[in-house]
Amino acid sequence: MSKLRITAWINGEPAEFLGGTRQSLLDALRDELHLTGSKEGCGTGDCGACSIVVDGRLVCACLMLAPEAQGRRIETIEGMAVDGAMHPLQRQFLEHAALQCGFCTPGLLVAAKALLDRNPDPTESEVRYWLAGNLCRCTGYDKVVRAVMDAAAELRGTEVAR
Amino acid sequence: MNDTSVARLLKVVGQRPVRPDGADKVTGRANFGADQALPGMLTGRIKRSPHAHARIVDIDTAAARALPGVKAVVTAADFAQLGSESIEQGESAGTLAHVSANCLARNKVLYVGHAVAAVAATSPEIAEEALRRIEVRYEVLPHVIDVEAAMAPDAPLLHEDLFTTGMTPSPTAPSNVAAKTVVGRGDPAKGFAEAELVLERRYVTAAVHQGYIEPHACVASAGADGQHQIWCSSQGHFAVRAMCAKILGLRLQDIRVTPAEIGGGFGGKTTVYLEPVALALSLKCGRPVRLVMSRDEVFQASGPTSASVIEARIGATRDGRITAAELTMKYQAGAYPGSAIGAGCMAALACYAIENVSIVGYDVVSNRAKVAAYRAPGAPMAAFAVESCLDELAQQLGMDPIDLRLANAVKPGMKAVYGPTFREIAFVETLEAIKAHPHYRAPLGPHQGRGVACGFWFNIGGESSAAVHVDADGGATVVSSNPDIGGSRASMAMMAAETLGLPIERVRATVADTASIGYSDLTGGSRVTFATGMAVVQAAQKVVDDLRRRAALTWDCPIEQVEWRDGAAACTDPAKEERPLTLAELAARSARTGGPISAEVSLNAQGAGPGFGVHLCDLEIDPETGRSTVLRYTAAQDVGRAIHPSYVEGQIQGGVAQGVGWALNEAYLYDASGTLENPGFLDYRMPVASDLPMIETILIETAPNKRHPFGAKGVGEVPIVPPLAAVANAVSRVIGVRLTELPLSPPRVLEAIDTSSTKA
Repeated sequence: MSKLRITAWINGEPAEFLGGTRQSLLDALRDELHLTGSKEGCGTGDCGACSIVVDGRLVCACLMLAPEAQGRRIETIEGMAVDGAMHPLQRQFLEHAALQCGFCTPGLLVAAKALLDRNPDPTESEVRYWLAGNLCRCTGYDKVVRAVMDAAAELRGTEVAR
Repeated sequence: MNDTSVARLLKVVGQRPVRPDGADKVTGRANFGADQALPGMLTGRIKRSPHAHARIVDIDTAAARALPGVKAVVTAADFAQLGSESIEQGESAGTLAHVSANCLARNKVLYVGHAVAAVAATSPEIAEEALRRIEVRYEVLPHVIDVEAAMAPDAPLLHEDLFTTGMTPSPTAPSNVAAKTVVGRGDPAKGFAEAELVLERRYVTAAVHQGYIEPHACVASAGADGQHQIWCSSQGHFAVRAMCAKILGLRLQDIRVTPAEIGGGFGGKTTVYLEPVALALSLKCGRPVRLVMSRDEVFQASGPTSASVIEARIGATRDGRITAAELTMKYQAGAYPGSAIGAGCMAALACYAIENVSIVGYDVVSNRAKVAAYRAPGAPMAAFAVESCLDELAQQLGMDPIDLRLANAVKPGMKAVYGPTFREIAFVETLEAIKAHPHYRAPLGPHQGRGVACGFWFNIGGESSAAVHVDADGGATVVSSNPDIGGSRASMAMMAAETLGLPIERVRATVADTASIGYSDLTGGSRVTFATGMAVVQAAQKVVDDLRRRAALTWDCPIEQVEWRDGAAACTDPAKEERPLTLAELAARSARTGGPISAEVSLNAQGAGPGFGVHLCDLEIDPETGRSTVLRYTAAQDVGRAIHPSYVEGQIQGGVAQGVGWALNEAYLYDASGTLENPGFLDYRMPVASDLPMIETILIETAPNKRHPFGAKGVGEVPIVPPLAAVANAVSRVIGVRLTELPLSPPRVLEAIDTSSTKA
């Protein structure tokens, strides 16, 4: 398979890698750039475990080809904590025990951050429908939704009532 | 000391600290099965059968082997020839020969997706091209999918050497019925004669998959010196080691298995599919090989749990006393024997004190993927039948459904239908908690209904190992032997901290590989917090005893005069005015008092306590489409004592979500050729966030398990047992028609609504 030289911004840093013309962006992130935080649960865009943000838009990395990353700004789970400090969503997931196995967690966090970047004060229904593309088989979503709501409140500067 | 005062004295157990492995899992750093990469690693791929049932005439791998970049090709011929040695796999037993033949087919393929050969190559593209160049000649045979069709006398025979066990006299001809199981007591005929109302119903459930989001994945690396390594996501790395050794004819000592983080299992990762194949490939070429399943491979060739047909007959008096129950249960095992029919038969009526019982179960092979354990294996379908039947009995008797269950509930000291006598159980308290909850009396709107159902699961103990090491600066590390599938590092660290008298922040928890800790059984059977927790507490207690000994040495007093309080040794000799020595102080001088402070305990834990759940489900049905929406859900469970309540709640909420999916949507669908039609998450519809409400949990802690240092019972499996019937009972109460076949998908519910309105 022929490979293309691809340059992109990944988590705010310039990145350069060789991507196959039939290789998914997910495989390129994981195998070429060793960013294995994005997970493959299905490879068909149904589970959301590979959720990333490309130029501000939430996508499944398994549904993009590696060469499509050329020139784009890509955010993955690896970029969510800044200088070693966790994002409020990450902290709230831990406080709420909103993960069990943790496999879907990176995708859920990336998707939840994309929601809060657009809508800082979502209702429970809005959280549930936004996250409907992210399968979690362990938690039943209860604690996930609570963690996202509390992270939203924290980001708005509201006291979180627990 | 009574249980309440114990709970009051606990400082760490019962709190909700952040889990030790949490940060890695929210930052993407945690390494799961497919995240392992080694220099020179090859990509493996598996060639699978397109036929549901066929004899393998010939496998020609020459063209694949000739392809540049292909480093190894294996078939079943590369595996050891095995006899009839059996192996425990969760709640069912299988033979190693079958596990081996399921990894790579020998002589026959038994389902679409059955592995026949595997390759390792320098790139995924080359590996896929190599698969296309492997030529398999098949003699296609007639196949059978459905469980009752497979039991028919003229059904296509999967195994010419399969004779039903448990029959008297033994059958003289082979069949697809692998085993007959019987559980019973009393005199059912007499019981039914006493009954004033008898219901006889037939219940059907579809095969469903565990649905873990992480596909099976492993890396194997064969060493030139005969020492091999495997990194994999599994529910038991010791079990992986044992199965790989047998299948490949190796010694246990020559395989070291390191557990990766596991992205869900629910029982489905208690066996092997890839690891022996990856190691066989690596043995052939001397390079590390990674094998990862795609999602459609996961659906076609791993898991699921049995489809079932259950015929139930239950009799009761007018005042709601159940006088007799008869069940005939047929569980589909997939390609090889070993459904959870035994556990299903034993669990089916375990909630109730019924004198006259007859349960007959059949384990039936058919041309589908071999079933694997799935959370309380065998019990949810049995509970669907029994709890649906009881709900209908309650309706016909004009009784409150909880009162009917209270009238028949098992209590401590009673003998269970399956044999043993119950000790600390709180089924009655769990029923009463739901009955007293505001949810039970909340008003319902139009097209809305409420269902209640109960569930039971045994929980197990078994073999576990754990070590506790004290650090020179006063912290401690807990090393345990079970893959952490849902937060068990947290409960291990908490139980050690409680015993040592340390704050939870001073205790770290890890899971060690097979060469670094003593043997442990699988992470399964809801056993880890109970059994491995017991090993952790005993190891911590040994450390405490050693610390007391060292303090006594320092103070020159007998050890009996040293007490361990709040993380420090205190001298109880009034003649000595010694100030307490903290764990940190004792650790700092350990070189002078006997060397490093450390203890390891291996044990076989006995006395696991069974658990009971009672669930309440409100749902609304759209009369136009038949679609059910769950509006409110409350689950109460007898948990003994919750070590980390958040993760106990999480287990319950997750079990409920899986059970709701089983009830409403999930099903394996086959076409006429025996091909699975929905091997993907788009068409195999598991619940998503917008399908569910919040799931309220009530933890009943009135009956702590006295055999566990802190009273823990297993909690992970019980919560998937009641939801099938809780949901189905709610649906039936909305539409006024009793539905007895799962899933209750919109078309099926709509048809029932239309049929009943036509009749009306």
